[in-house]
Amino acid sequence: METHTLSVLVEDKPGVLARVSGLFSRRSFNIISLAVGQTEQPGVSRMTIVVSVDDFPLEQVTKQLNKLVNVIKIVELEPAASVQRELLLVKVRADAGVRSQVLEAVALFRAKVVDVAPEALTIEATGTMDKLNALLRILEPYGIREMVQSGMVAVGRGPRSITASAVR
Amino acid sequence: MPAAAPSRPEQPPAGTVPGPRVDGEPMTGAQALVRSLESIGCDTVFGIPGGAILPAYDPLLDSEKVRHVLVRHEQGAGHAATGYAQATGKVGVCMATSGPGATNLITPLADAHMDSVPIVAITGQVARPLIGTDAFQEADITGITMPVTKHNMLVTDAAEIPRAIAEAFHLASTGRPGPVLVDISKDALQARTTFTWPPELKLPGYRPTTRPHGKQIREAAKLIAAARRPVLYVGGGVLKAEATAELMEIAELTDIPVVTTLMARGAFPDSHRQHVGMPGMHGSVSAVGAMQRSDLLITLGARFDDRVTGQLSTFAPDAKIVHADIDPAEISKNRRADVPIVGDCKEVLVELIDAVRTERDTQGVVDLTAWWATLDGWRETFPLGYDWPDDGSLSPQYVIERIGEIAGPDALYAAGVGQHQMWAAQFVKYEKPRTWLNSGGLGTMGYAVPAAMGAKTGLPDAVVWAIDGDGCFQMTNQELATCAIEGIPIKVAVINNGNLGMVRQWQTLFYGQRYSSTDLGTHKHRIPDFKLLAEAMGCVGLRAESKDEVDRVIKQAMEINDQPVVIDFTVGADAQVWPMVAAGTGNDEVMAARGIRPLFEGDELAPGVDEVAAVTERAQEDSAQYASDEDED
Repeated sequence: METHTLSVLVEDKPGVLARVSGLFSRRSFNIISLAVGQTEQPGVSRMTIVVSVDDFPLEQVTKQLNKLVNVIKIVELEPAASVQRELLLVKVRADAGVRSQVLEAVALFRAKVVDVAPEALTIEATGTMDKLNALLRILEPYGIREMVQSGMVAVGRGPRSITASAVR
Repeated sequence: MPAAAPSRPEQPPAGTVPGPRVDGEPMTGAQALVRSLESIGCDTVFGIPGGAILPAYDPLLDSEKVRHVLVRHEQGAGHAATGYAQATGKVGVCMATSGPGATNLITPLADAHMDSVPIVAITGQVARPLIGTDAFQEADITGITMPVTKHNMLVTDAAEIPRAIAEAFHLASTGRPGPVLVDISKDALQARTTFTWPPELKLPGYRPTTRPHGKQIREAAKLIAAARRPVLYVGGGVLKAEATAELMEIAELTDIPVVTTLMARGAFPDSHRQHVGMPGMHGSVSAVGAMQRSDLLITLGARFDDRVTGQLSTFAPDAKIVHADIDPAEISKNRRADVPIVGDCKEVLVELIDAVRTERDTQGVVDLTAWWATLDGWRETFPLGYDWPDDGSLSPQYVIERIGEIAGPDALYAAGVGQHQMWAAQFVKYEKPRTWLNSGGLGTMGYAVPAAMGAKTGLPDAVVWAIDGDGCFQMTNQELATCAIEGIPIKVAVINNGNLGMVRQWQTLFYGQRYSSTDLGTHKHRIPDFKLLAEAMGCVGLRAESKDEVDRVIKQAMEINDQPVVIDFTVGADAQVWPMVAAGTGNDEVMAARGIRPLFEGDELAPGVDEVAAVTERAQEDSAQYASDEDED
């Protein structure tokens, strides 16, 4: 599956998330991940959208997004020229017998333990999708009781800002 | 200048709002709404009042600038706004209350969205504290209409009303035009506020590109200079950009043949030697053939709709594509463009004409004699035509042809959807822009009567005909009462074949003549009796059932200018729309008439009777892909 990461600056208005997600569903574009949050600019939100482009060219996706009146700017972030991170919280079964092995895996992935109970650990990890998937594969044999992931967020490397010039 | 071809309304520069300056005048939100409409130049609103919009109707009663046309159904208001906009080039406005009033606007909004028509819909919403509580007549109309509007907004603050209206008009009329809905809560209409005009537009994400890129224009001119079988593929964007004079100039400068799509009929005169017809599923053989055999399609404000391309993979296989459109998302959406040009068709054509002239000065003039010989051959061998029904009944095509001949090219023609629509596109000769109104993209049955009403309201001096089917007519004829009472004397020709004709045609061709639910009984039982129905609605009702009555009733209708007229043309049920490209097949398989495929290699003689069956089989194989192909009358 070929994916692309888009940073989409939008006006912080009611319904804007529905406009974007509605556009993706009605045009059969495939969202892999979507994360929304505020930016340093008042009134401007930023969506990081990971899209699959197996069925439609990326160009169609960005052009259709650009037609939404509340969309201010779209930038594609190349993996090599950007930092892309996702947050994972995972609750793993870990009694005294295996706890040290789990903690070793946590250390290897530079994750951290944020909650401890006699029979389980809650682990927080950040990284690319690939890294988090690798961590999950390591933890799986111990028994994953619950997990939650944020969408991907990403920012371009270097001094330039995509938000600075966006709002006239 | 004929009434049917108004000059382009003044477009304000981007980001500015027309209208007299007002600074902080105290009033209610409802008064601010009406003042905003007056200030922006709106002269007509089609609508129906109701609970949530009631505050707006009070100051509307006093407005001397805005005429409110009380319609009978909100769908009528929406299509009337569309007809008004298509006929005049101005923004059409409709108004409805919350809940069911607003939901009744959805079909016309979707219709205007597909055909890029600038309309503004204003709806009342329940008061802000009630929003989200399932209050009486509450519907999330901004949520519902998101996919079928260019933009929409919910206003809950009276102070925001002028800006919302100004933004709505700006969005509707600039860039690629389209419908915009403004939903205003009842408490915002009732609240005290101050009115300041013009408001500042706050649309940071809206910057349509109108000026084409110079390099792309030069590339297009080079391709034009090199092409041996070029075609100007003209869509509705040329009409919306008011670029018909420029189209004529480039066509005559280059001698390139012109095809006008269903949305572009009238953008180039039918009588012009270079007009080779309408392309598409029911296009003429010469137009379909011109595109199929072309080596360069110069696409202007058209969008490679499936009804034009047929099977996309076999469409115009040898053609390079120049695609000019104001909406970048249309370019390379269906067919990849070799030269993409984003811009307003008028600006594109002005620059392209210059570039083509420059190219000719260095490269000389291209000889298109051989190409024209091919096209003329198709035109002579396969002209548009029709046979009289074997059963002696009246030919629907003849009726429509005579309306066009008697009413002439200055009249406006609004059609419903189905067989009569295709015949009206084929057999009325369009010479002028904005004289042909129809629902092209959405295919909305019931469009004709309200759209004609809107067109006639916008251009009261023009002759406006609705060419409707008996199926379509029964969907929206309630607006005849509006026309009669409001003094909007349209003329309606009901092409009454007693059936949902296009569906019946498909049943004849593709479903073994099993006529499932297509007989409306309007012949068998004469229910309703359209003549009596018309009279009951305050219109003049006429009827013609034989050839010798046709001219007389049309002329009689032409002489009545103080009342709407409805003519029941009782016509044969078996007439079919030809030529035809069966759904799911390629345009090479266009059939000039049943079983005659002029472009299909090796078909020197008309093939056997199995032809249609074979095509049907292929169509059904592709039916999964073309699941939405059911046409309606």
